[in-house]
Amino acid sequence: MADQTIDALRGEPILLRILKGIALLRESGVGMIGAALVLFWVVVALFAPLLAPFDPLATLQLLAFPGDPYVLDPGKTFDGQAVEEVCALIETGEKQGKYDCGTFWLGTDRVGRDVLSRLIYGTQRVLLYAPLATFCAYAVGIPMGLAAGYLRGWADEVLSFVSNVILSFPVLVLYVIIIATIGASGTNIVIAVTFASAPGIMRIVRGLVLDLRNREYVFAAQTRGESAWRIMFVEILPNARGPLIVDSCLRLGYVIITIGVLGFLGLGLPPPDPDWGGMINENRLMALVAPHMTVFPCIAISSLVLGFNLLADGLREISLRD
Amino acid sequence: MTGNGVDYDGPILECRGLCISYFTRAGEIPAVIDFDLTLERGGSVGLVGESGCGKSTVAMAIMRYLGKNGGIVGGEVLYKGRNMADFSEEELRQLRGNEISMVYQEPMASLNPSLTLGKQLMEVPLYHEQVAVKEAYDRAVRMLADVKLPDPERVMAAYPHQISGGQQQRVVIAMALLSNPTLLLLDEPTTALDVTVEAGIIELIGEIAERFNTSMIYISHNLGLILETCDRVNVMYSGQVVEEGSVKEVFDEMRHPYTKGLFSAIPLPGADKTARPLVPIRGQLPLPHERPSGCYFGPRCDFFNDGRCDQGQIEMEAVAGEEGHRVRCLRWQEIDWAAYRPQGLSGEEMTPGQPVLKIENMKKYYEITDNSLAAIIKGERIKYVKANEDISFDARECETVAIVGESGCGKSTFAKVLMGLETATDGEVLYRNQDLAQEPVQARTPEQIGDVQMVFQNPFDTLNPSHTVGSQLARVIRKFGAESEPAKIKQRVMELLDLVKLPRDFAKRRPRQLSGGQKQRVGIARAFAGNPAMVVADEPVSALDVSVQAAVTGLLMDIQRSYRTTLLFISHDLSLVRYLSDRVVVMYLGHIVEQGRTDEVFSPPYHPYTEALLSAVPIADTSIQRKRIILEGALPSVLDPPSGCPFHTRCHRKIGSICETKDPPVVDLGDGHRIACHIPRDELDKMEPVIVLSGEGQSEQAASSEESPAAD
Repeated sequence: MADQTIDALRGEPILLRILKGIALLRESGVGMIGAALVLFWVVVALFAPLLAPFDPLATLQLLAFPGDPYVLDPGKTFDGQAVEEVCALIETGEKQGKYDCGTFWLGTDRVGRDVLSRLIYGTQRVLLYAPLATFCAYAVGIPMGLAAGYLRGWADEVLSFVSNVILSFPVLVLYVIIIATIGASGTNIVIAVTFASAPGIMRIVRGLVLDLRNREYVFAAQTRGESAWRIMFVEILPNARGPLIVDSCLRLGYVIITIGVLGFLGLGLPPPDPDWGGMINENRLMALVAPHMTVFPCIAISSLVLGFNLLADGLREISLRD
Repeated sequence: MTGNGVDYDGPILECRGLCISYFTRAGEIPAVIDFDLTLERGGSVGLVGESGCGKSTVAMAIMRYLGKNGGIVGGEVLYKGRNMADFSEEELRQLRGNEISMVYQEPMASLNPSLTLGKQLMEVPLYHEQVAVKEAYDRAVRMLADVKLPDPERVMAAYPHQISGGQQQRVVIAMALLSNPTLLLLDEPTTALDVTVEAGIIELIGEIAERFNTSMIYISHNLGLILETCDRVNVMYSGQVVEEGSVKEVFDEMRHPYTKGLFSAIPLPGADKTARPLVPIRGQLPLPHERPSGCYFGPRCDFFNDGRCDQGQIEMEAVAGEEGHRVRCLRWQEIDWAAYRPQGLSGEEMTPGQPVLKIENMKKYYEITDNSLAAIIKGERIKYVKANEDISFDARECETVAIVGESGCGKSTFAKVLMGLETATDGEVLYRNQDLAQEPVQARTPEQIGDVQMVFQNPFDTLNPSHTVGSQLARVIRKFGAESEPAKIKQRVMELLDLVKLPRDFAKRRPRQLSGGQKQRVGIARAFAGNPAMVVADEPVSALDVSVQAAVTGLLMDIQRSYRTTLLFISHDLSLVRYLSDRVVVMYLGHIVEQGRTDEVFSPPYHPYTEALLSAVPIADTSIQRKRIILEGALPSVLDPPSGCPFHTRCHRKIGSICETKDPPVVDLGDGHRIACHIPRDELDKMEPVIVLSGEGQSEQAASSEESPAAD
């Protein structure tokens, strides 16, 4: 944009302002807890290969019988013990009817894969697809809301009608229909979430714009003949950012739940990729005898969602103070 | 301690050395410091001051409603001789309901929109005195009649949104009076109302004080209102009372430099833009945590003495010979006011040039589709809101034309048509002989757009909070093609900031780091960025503090003078209009009822509406006598305007059925002074001036004929 040429007239760089905003978060205790939870999972996702003790796809059987595609290097050791010793341990463990020998911290699942490693690798999937889906939903919902709220007239009527139709479907049914039609994959989850969330975002943006479009600075822009495009994106949108940032944090939490639900319904990431919702689904039949297989993925989902919700609360608290 | 006995005859309320603080994240913020007040039975004290001076905090402290983060940190409040700190919660509740009542600024916010007014009124006696429903109803109806509401029974059954703003405020006052309080606190009760409605409320408040022998504390920023309602006045500045005394003493012979400054900054009828210009108070109000040491007014005071005025707390001193007149100034006895010649606003005369704008029979109707069954049956589904009806006037180069009228008179609609945000339904808007009436802003050339720009009303809304001041100004410069190279644009932004007397480093600031007056200056800079030939100023100073208003007004006039800009000044503030405009257009319900040179409009013969408007404006000058004309009824709806003369429903000079049936003829009294009225010419000529300077027995006409430079 041409405005950027006049650097001298601009205030502080955007990055510095964002950092200052984050620094403000320190004043909100709730927000700090949320930020810590989210940060924890982000670190886990980033360093998954270093943190995970096992290959998330390798089963006990594969570990015990080298030669299969998932066989490990013969020289590699677990917890300082040679592979052969581990195998021996596992065999003894199997004979005694338990798989946990202190090697698998959170135990193994139905088919004998390490729950901890799957959780850690699952974080990567969740923290890739949830923000991506939320971002796409905003990328579609914001222009729709701006157009409906600012242009009004037929644009508003058409967009509001479409969004009402979409919102009138039960969300879950909508997801099932979409995923069943276009197939289960990461990209398709993003598409489904975008389709189902964009109308809600459109409504929020439209409401904000209906208020902001009557501000005098918008009249000032109109009286100097600015284009509708510029008024919507440069004059109005930046002033709607406060509520939208808070909403995006909350929505991120909901999308994580959604991805979990899709996984649980078997519509999530196709197996054998580690997926939190999928982990719960695969092991749910054994939930009463071996609860560790389902409890830990549940805790992971709730803690991440809680993190985003608390973060949203903290952000709202700060934005109300100004 | 005297207790609560009926035979108590001491002061109703006393505040002694009251200090109130708010506790925030940033620490303790003193809101009110060392506040003294004595209110006798039946007396009325005015608290006057600018925003943030602590006047509302005082009222809240008296009600003991200070919220969680506020508290009294020193001094005491005595109610009928008893320290209010000793009252229990239950006693306080009794006190608030029965003895102390409060009326707030926003009537709509004081009334519950989902209950009928009757129910809300009856609650007061029902809960506080446990009377029977029948009696509560009767008392409520009687009280509504006492506050002069027509048809009290109907009002009792109505919901708040079904009556007008002025009527709502009357209901709020009735509610406050129902418990027959000893003390009535009024916090800016008329600020949200139109002047003609305000005049009625003020009259009512005066009558009530007399009839019920209620003591009153009247909070306002308007000195004129204080003069009309109060016996004594406390002038507050930044949390302190700087001067107190009887209204007459303080208004006639003020001692504190701030009080003096306030009176020099408001356009009283004696002020004149060439002979006696307004004197702005320099600088701005200090924020509570940035108050200077010593005298808080020091940095803005012309009599500031280094090393003396900035040392320690300054105490109130009694003025000898005037009982109860006290002033918080170290130097009040030394100042020789007669020799004081402050630097006023520059007052060069301007000679208007060629006509720039010519409006001919401009009409603006809004179409409304009525979907009710009745409308469908009648076949009248489309209704018109006649926002502007037959607007004709012209404006010349370098001239200031004021458009005056109350809310809903169509002045903002007119501005929108002129700016191209709406297109006219009919008629012509000739700007330099090009018709812009049907040209929306998108269809206008950049020169046409840049030539007509606007200064907006609300300083908190006029700048985009997301962008820096500099980038907003740069955008305008680029948009109008005044400059295109970045270096030159930056140069021009700096020149604009110089023009509106703001420091150059403000370019990098965001609007929230600016005060209201500073934002309005940036708004003016933005309007002048494209070298406009005409600027429409929509109430540019009405949201600003009194001491800042004069400076911003002066700035606008200075820039107008140097650019020879035509200024269309939209306002409801007649004092200001009289001060700065060359010609005045008075609008009512979308019609122009009177127009002419300022001195002609402000002197007889008047249109009856102009006469009522003039009489409604409170003037802070004890030597002025004005006729009281209180308009009856509310402003009719534009959806269903009265037939004939639009003003006949409220007119105090209505001459008969002709007013209701025939459109009034426009009478030309010569020299462009036109009045749209049925009253015959010779009767118009017999009208008396509304405002008379009583001391000299001189008519307003004589006082103002030397005023307007355009007259010659």
